[in-house]
Amino acid sequence: MQEKLFNSIVEMREEEALALAKESLEGGADPLEMVDLFRKAVEEVGNRYEKGEYFLPELMMTGQIMNQLAELTKDKIVEGSADSGKSRGKVMIGTVKGDIHDIGKNIVIFMLDANGFEVKDLGVDISPEKFVEEAKAFEPQIVGMSALLTLAIEPMKETVEAFEKAGLRDKVKIMVGGAPINDAIREHAGADGWGKDAVEAVSLAKKWVGGA
Amino acid sequence: MLTDNWKSLTPDEKFQTRFDKWMNQEGVEFAPGAKEAYLERSQMIKDAIELKKPSRIPVCPMIGFFPAYHAGVSCEDVMYDYDKLKMAWTKYHRDMQPDSMAGSFLMSSGKTLEHLGYTLYKWPGHGTNPNTPYQCWEKEYMMADEYDDLINDPTRYWMTKYMPRIFEAFAPWQMLGPFTDIIELPFVPATMIPFGIPDVQESLKKLIEAGNLAMEWIQAVGATDGETMATQGIPPFLGGMCKAPFDTLGDTLRGTQPLMLDIFRQPDKVLKAMEVLIPMNIEMGVRSATTNNCPMVFIPLHKGADGFMSKDQYRKFYWPQLKAVMLGLIEEGLVPLLFAEGGYNERLDIINDPEVPAGRSMWYFDTTDMEKAKAALHGQACICGNLPASVFQAGKPQDVEEYAKNLIETIGKDGGFILGNGSVLDEAPSENVKAMFEAGRKYGS
Repeated sequence: MQEKLFNSIVEMREEEALALAKESLEGGADPLEMVDLFRKAVEEVGNRYEKGEYFLPELMMTGQIMNQLAELTKDKIVEGSADSGKSRGKVMIGTVKGDIHDIGKNIVIFMLDANGFEVKDLGVDISPEKFVEEAKAFEPQIVGMSALLTLAIEPMKETVEAFEKAGLRDKVKIMVGGAPINDAIREHAGADGWGKDAVEAVSLAKKWVGGA
Repeated sequence: MLTDNWKSLTPDEKFQTRFDKWMNQEGVEFAPGAKEAYLERSQMIKDAIELKKPSRIPVCPMIGFFPAYHAGVSCEDVMYDYDKLKMAWTKYHRDMQPDSMAGSFLMSSGKTLEHLGYTLYKWPGHGTNPNTPYQCWEKEYMMADEYDDLINDPTRYWMTKYMPRIFEAFAPWQMLGPFTDIIELPFVPATMIPFGIPDVQESLKKLIEAGNLAMEWIQAVGATDGETMATQGIPPFLGGMCKAPFDTLGDTLRGTQPLMLDIFRQPDKVLKAMEVLIPMNIEMGVRSATTNNCPMVFIPLHKGADGFMSKDQYRKFYWPQLKAVMLGLIEEGLVPLLFAEGGYNERLDIINDPEVPAGRSMWYFDTTDMEKAKAALHGQACICGNLPASVFQAGKPQDVEEYAKNLIETIGKDGGFILGNGSVLDEAPSENVKAMFEAGRKYGS
């Protein structure tokens, strides 16, 4: 049963996954063990993505399946034990000032979340001041900046500078990502790392705070 | 119809006729020397498209809002103030001397958008800050259970479902019935009933005013672009526009994520809808390029880039439909100009398709490996672009020059190549942009 459920998630058989999960829960399966199984399934999807077998559609579909599975299990998990998996670390992420695109950012958030990070989503068109203000309140170890447009490159740099001015630069690791980003842009912006996709964002975050 | 015997011409004859007309620009009064410059530039572009070695490698970038930044006016200014638009676009062409025109029409008309309450995009001063270009605001404008409505009657779907959702002014159009009801006399008055509803009448008044605003706009941008051609001898480059059917669904109708889920949940509907969108996209490209007397049809590619889907998914949901649009345009003597932002490395063996006639299409690449692109498309399609945003943004003029020189000497050496950038430029230091044009002139012949 466990294996069947695992496979149905990993192979994008949405209806089957939901039916099996429901059946398991009704049959008295431990919801925390179920959540652990879901996490492993997402990890496997991530592996296949990394290997170039899966792409954006599979990541998005997995996100959809996960949302529905989380709905199913959330009432069954006894309060207090819900937080059983302790957070690997805190990540705060937003699309920088001037850019309103969010698809890439949302995928990164989903993958970080599925890998046990506590993620705060700031949204899109976030000014350097807002990044700093939110960082003071949330105290993340990692700050992620996303962009699709080339015009968002300068705001990335300004945001890093704002962290410096606020005296917070050495408190956070900063990662950047998005279509125009490469190592030259990372350096130009003064960020600590960059990644070409959500899987690289997760490895970077694990390297920095979570232990690989 | 460009000639009386149009329907009896072969695609190659149509191609020649369209290029003759584009190159000759009958009726345009050129300034002294401008006609020669125009002919030289348009010949270089035509040669590159036909995979020949042009007298010099033409430099034809996609510059977005760059002229506004370059002239020191805001993005909002050029979308609202046609004098500032003209000043900035004229300055760009004078200062940079590009080989292809950056059409000022692409800046659209903020007044028209605002008047209608357009919601698919946010634009400077209206959702993005005054110095930021317009950006698409994707949402699920077509619902998951509406594929059949679109498939059965796309025009009605657009009028009564899509338009009311993306234009505040057209919300009442959801009350309109189909004109195809008018099959005989008794159906005439019945079909007119919705037009008696006050809200619908109000929206029609808005439509008339939008028409007035559009007239004011087209006169302004038409004059600006016409003057660029006549005084500076720079040919128009993007004659028309259409989309890959998958992108029409993803950008315009369903949104990226919902469409990606549809691939798993209702793949047959997605395929069926794209079949309907193929002839619509061909017709749009042919009509616009014919009206504008410019044979290149701009097709910006979005959701089929590397990473967006697997090769198998690309082979099923993206390429066959895009290819059908390309072939439809080529059949009419036009040149699809594919603007492949992002990476296209995993697609090269697929787009190198023997069914696409050689020398009749152009591929702008962004981060794609140009050596591999050239190997794949050699003798097949004109390849363009690749100067990276990161070099324009973070580099120095000599970095741009070096990059351009290398492209010219490796990718461009046998012809079939146009120098340019691969993702829309917008903001970049002017000296870096200038370095691209100068590199083209210095090393390109």
